[in-house]
Amino acid sequence: MKPVVVLVSVDSNSVLKGAREYKNLLIDLVEEYNLSSVVDVLETGSFGVYLDGVLLEVLPDGIYYLVKSSSDVREIVEEHLLKGRRVFKLEVPPEKVRAGVVEKIEVPQETRVVLRNAGVIDPTNIKEYIARDGYAALAKALTEMKPVDVIEEMKKSGLRGRGGAGFPTGLKWEFTFKVDADQKYVLCNADEGEPGTFKDRLIMEGDPHSVLEGMAIAAYAVGANKGYIYIRGEYYESVRNIRKAIEDAYEYGLLGDNIMGTDFSFHVSVRLGAGAYICGEETALMESIEGKAGRPRLKPPYPPVSGLFGKPTVINNVETFANVAPIILNGADWFRSMGTESSPGTKVFTLVGNVVNRGLVEVPMGTTVRELIYVFGGGVEGGRKLKMVQTGGTAGTFIGTDKLDTPLDYDSFTKYGVSIGSGVILVIDERHCAVDIAKNVLGFFAHESCGKCSPCREGTRVALQTFDRLSKGLAKKEDIEYLWTLADVMQQASLCGLGQSVPVPMKSLLQNFADEMEAHLKKECPTGVCKFVKEKPRRPVLR
Amino acid sequence: MKTSADLDSSLYQRLDDYIESVKEKPGILINVLHKAQEIFGYLPDEVLEYVAEKLDVPVSKVFGVVTFYNFFSRKPKGKYQIKICLGTACYVKGGDKVFERFLEELEVEPEEPTKDGLFSVHPVRCLGACSMAPVVLVGEKDFYGRLTPNDVPSLIKKYREG
Ligand SMILES: Cc1cc2nc3c(=O)[nH]c(=O)nc-3n(C[C@H](O)[C@H](O)[C@H](O)COP(=O)(O)O)c2cc1C
Ligand code: SF4
Ligand code: FES
Ligand code: FES
Repeated sequence: MKPVVVLVSVDSNSVLKGAREYKNLLIDLVEEYNLSSVVDVLETGSFGVYLDGVLLEVLPDGIYYLVKSSSDVREIVEEHLLKGRRVFKLEVPPEKVRAGVVEKIEVPQETRVVLRNAGVIDPTNIKEYIARDGYAALAKALTEMKPVDVIEEMKKSGLRGRGGAGFPTGLKWEFTFKVDADQKYVLCNADEGEPGTFKDRLIMEGDPHSVLEGMAIAAYAVGANKGYIYIRGEYYESVRNIRKAIEDAYEYGLLGDNIMGTDFSFHVSVRLGAGAYICGEETALMESIEGKAGRPRLKPPYPPVSGLFGKPTVINNVETFANVAPIILNGADWFRSMGTESSPGTKVFTLVGNVVNRGLVEVPMGTTVRELIYVFGGGVEGGRKLKMVQTGGTAGTFIGTDKLDTPLDYDSFTKYGVSIGSGVILVIDERHCAVDIAKNVLGFFAHESCGKCSPCREGTRVALQTFDRLSKGLAKKEDIEYLWTLADVMQQASLCGLGQSVPVPMKSLLQNFADEMEAHLKKECPTGVCKFVKEKPRRPVLR
Repeated sequence: MKTSADLDSSLYQRLDDYIESVKEKPGILINVLHKAQEIFGYLPDEVLEYVAEKLDVPVSKVFGVVTFYNFFSRKPKGKYQIKICLGTACYVKGGDKVFERFLEELEVEPEEPTKDGLFSVHPVRCLGACSMAPVVLVGEKDFYGRLTPNDVPSLIKKYREG
């Protein structure tokens, strides 16, 4: 070991903050300053804290630094390592790190149910999961509860699906339980593809067993013995950790035949997505697992009646499954003590866009948009003014600053016109133009529409073209009226949730930013993003 | 010395081994195509026909699946595929400007490999790393975050020099 060691904390959160890049930069700089013979740069696991930045520890001094940029790293090398001068402004007190409470300096406490283990345990070590009550809920279900008791507890808990639609999980399981069939399936929807969302990825990377345990409990409840996890193909780390977790669970007799010596058997395999957003839609996902192009099916029949390979199927989101074990273990009343009456429990939000602290937070349902942005997110970057927020993901609502105090849960869309969706909070500052953003969003949907039904296939394309004309000052008042009509048609006539929900961002933009839309009719762009030129742009804006 | 024909057959051998190991599973086509693309770098028609025969499914179905999913490519790509996120969270952080700069620096059109076959530039929607926006992914695992257009030349240089 060399005299000086720099430890870089690498976990699923810090990786997002650039831990690997900073580590590589450290190595380069150490070399550049000819320090290689005295300084070692090593990766270490999580320090168990959640920060906006990457934590380094310099040994033997025992000094912790929080770095947020490459220049912070450079400063530590040039000052501390080269000249032996501590960089006070980047230091974090060691007792804070040891107590795992660094986040409390600036961020109020989160309520961690789903993320209870993420960044705390080694996700590739099943023993660490078991040591924190892992698989205790499965044991309880198998030995002390009948399937109907599990379903009853889930219904009482009021857990609603975290994939976006918020359907009551217990009810879904009950429907599937009640159908008689020789074969049933449990599917985990891990196709997470909505811009701004990466919560499921961090759950799978940080605590893969919590998902498997939830699936196994679901399987026991509905009478299924086979499950699939459909993971987005690009999520290498998730796939790796889930595969390892499955392997270990088999070895420990927690998956496979006769689990824990009972007559309950459950087998799980991984299937990879192949880059089609529409495959997150439950019936498209089933088509894809069956090896076909992932185009949605007409509903009904719904999955509990006829799902994968035509058999009764429960399909839930990753976050939904991660909630199951704590509910079974601690009871429905405990779960209902968090969140709101109609939407109990917590929600994992992803804070993205022009916000200071970008990342994940888990907070009780009913937390307001303002709290998320200003308390947890640290406000708008660069001290700029907030212009709009898109809540709930790409299919979610765009709101102005007047709606920031809306408490978010599964009713906030019907009550206040603010959706919670998959939990994205996309912060957009004053430099951005509503019309330009509309083009980006419609570009996404036009590209991802599977083309099966014309309201969506043609509607998304026409809407994109119309917003494009608006951004060039070529649109007329009738065009805006037409967008409203188009949105209505898509909402009512589209076959699946994709086409049906495109009108959500569309209408909220048209309504909440009506002035800005109209300014463009007069070839005025309040933010100056749009160039009102007649010639064609060099390249289409988006594919 | 190995001829290119030998290499090819060793690639087919790898694909065969995989297919053998999963053949019995229902609906395995997509996983096989994932593997085939991993082995061959892209999916030439010849490989698709081979897969169809091996799995005993119609060629038309294999083509239908390949063209449906973004992940699969029937054209060769650059040795280093540069995926640039234009998802909304990256877009508001200037992802489009990074994208433009890559095209300028490499003098290519999107999805086309550079003349030396080293790079190809692909616009994508959300890489699931939005907290690092704007995000660029080179190859399968090298993520770069918080990029500005000015970071682009040195990033290209890094890969060019290997
Ligand atoms: C276009 C589209 C994309 C979707 N993508 C996802 C996704 O990536 N992950 C997910 O869990 N649910 C997604 N859903 C919702 C699923 O169809 C389904 O409602 C969900 O998996 C049910 O699980 P839950 O009840 O636990 O939320 C999507 C729906 C639509 C219409
Ligand atoms: S609404 Fe869109 S995505 Fe859904 S089936 Fe129709 S075309 Fe496909
Ligand atoms: S940039 Fe705002 S009006 Fe276009
Ligand atoms: S929007 Fe770019 S990584 Fe998610």
